[in-house]
Amino acid sequence: MKILVAVKRVIDYNVQIRVKEDSSGVVTDNVKMSTNPPDDNAIEEAVKIKEAGKATEIVAITVGEEKAQETVRKALAVGADKGIHVKTGGVLEPLAVSKIIQKIVEKEKPDLVFMGKQAIDDDCNQTGQMLSALLNWPQATFASKIKVKDNTLEVTREIDEGLETVEINIPAIVTCDLRLNEPRYASLPNIMKAKKKPIEEINVSDLGIDITPRVQQLKVEEPPKRKAGIKVANVAELVQKLKNEAKVI
Amino acid sequence: MAVLLIAEHNNKELRPFTLNAATAASQIDAEVHAVIIGQNSESAAKKLSELPVVKKVISIEAPHYENFTAENFAPAIVKLAENYSHIVCSANTFGKNLMPRVAAHLDTSQVSDIIKVISPDTFLRPIYAGNAFATVKTNDAKKCVTIRPTSFEPCESSGGTATIEKGEAGEEFTNTKFIKREEIKSDRPELGTARIVVSGGRGMQSGDNFKLITEVADKLGAAIGASRAAVDAGYISNDHQVGQTGKVVVPDLYIAIGISGAIQHLAGMKESKVIVAINKDGEAPIFSVADYGLEADLFEALPQFMEELNKLNTIQK
Repeated sequence: MKILVAVKRVIDYNVQIRVKEDSSGVVTDNVKMSTNPPDDNAIEEAVKIKEAGKATEIVAITVGEEKAQETVRKALAVGADKGIHVKTGGVLEPLAVSKIIQKIVEKEKPDLVFMGKQAIDDDCNQTGQMLSALLNWPQATFASKIKVKDNTLEVTREIDEGLETVEINIPAIVTCDLRLNEPRYASLPNIMKAKKKPIEEINVSDLGIDITPRVQQLKVEEPPKRKAGIKVANVAELVQKLKNEAKVI
Repeated sequence: MAVLLIAEHNNKELRPFTLNAATAASQIDAEVHAVIIGQNSESAAKKLSELPVVKKVISIEAPHYENFTAENFAPAIVKLAENYSHIVCSANTFGKNLMPRVAAHLDTSQVSDIIKVISPDTFLRPIYAGNAFATVKTNDAKKCVTIRPTSFEPCESSGGTATIEKGEAGEEFTNTKFIKREEIKSDRPELGTARIVVSGGRGMQSGDNFKLITEVADKLGAAIGASRAAVDAGYISNDHQVGQTGKVVVPDLYIAIGISGAIQHLAGMKESKVIVAINKDGEAPIFSVADYGLEADLFEALPQFMEELNKLNTIQK
């Protein structure tokens, strides 16, 4: 079984986001970038499945500018066998990314595609579901547990009401929740070894698809700031303030 | 052209956020039609027809719609889409799972999780866990939009008399099989719509200690929330998680207990009207958004908090 895992390079989750003064976006220059956190869970799960002898090959793919390749290199360091970097510049919408991955799926013929359930930059939560639609494959979104069976996966999904379990036939798409597993760190020897693993570079223009953005970002602003509050001295004062000042209890 | 609202329901009743999504839909265009897809869902369809903002209901029923599988729902919605300019539903796990599948079939770039309708093609949406707001304009002819339910008031739920039309069911998608749903039942208010939310974080130290939170929540008639750290540690189930990848809540009162206030958590609660933070670390980032901060050991503060609440003659519920 072959697993394709999609990874995205985003501003690191610990970075305090700053909006550009000209309202054209957020500051990304000299800002720490990392792999989108739930994409790390997606890689980890694929590696665990391979370690359990249920997968034979893991291919990590990213779509984006030159530096996006760092995320593929990291995936190789934690256990992916081969990388693919589809090179593009400019704005990429989830619909465009899913069309790009669809092309790669047709070429690589994986049995499963894993990715994070949402990217922490645009917070869209779309790409996996869109890819499933384009391929007409089953989708198990927001996965917190995956059981690999013969030709199916049993996936536990986190939903607003609690948990849902579905069984999906392979080939299939799974989008991963942060609770799926605990991503490992790459060891230094494995980082060195990963440098020798192959990364295939593909120019998006060679895929023959239209990735022109459909949604214009007119402006990006800071959200309204909350006014600073006060510290209360003790519990009695807190309850008195809630009752008589805020009038919420 | 009219707007198509996708109703969320449990085959008996509408899920509450359908009312918020209906409000958002009506802000895009006054002509709102609603589709309800399910099995034996007549009573929910009836309730949908009673929403005054809904002008027409399309009810589609088949056994394979019983469990709301996106792979089954999407083709049925796509078939209806030609008559509509917009397709709208909530950006909760139901809508997040379903809408992109619809959008991709329609070759439309979806606009996710909007918090404001600026015009029929322009919307405001948070990005980067709510640390920036983007104004976006979609140029697609068909617009697929998911709305953040807590940013729109629920619509009136009675007085409407929309007609209910039967829609045609699509084929079953046989590669996905629903196995089970484990819903956590509770007599407490729903987290997404509660007036008061009491949340615990890593500082609670154990699942057992969450009973201190439960007591306060019971006293206040509040829902119980949690940070991701508390859910990851197994103190409480995932349906309680508030934050960027959990639920977004906007209660009148949010009480954060033993929660440090990572930006991912703040993304889910910082629009609350009044925020209280109880934490022993005076430098915790939660205090930067709190209206009332109490720097204290929660294991001392919570019993005192109960005591003080018990002294009050009345508590708003």
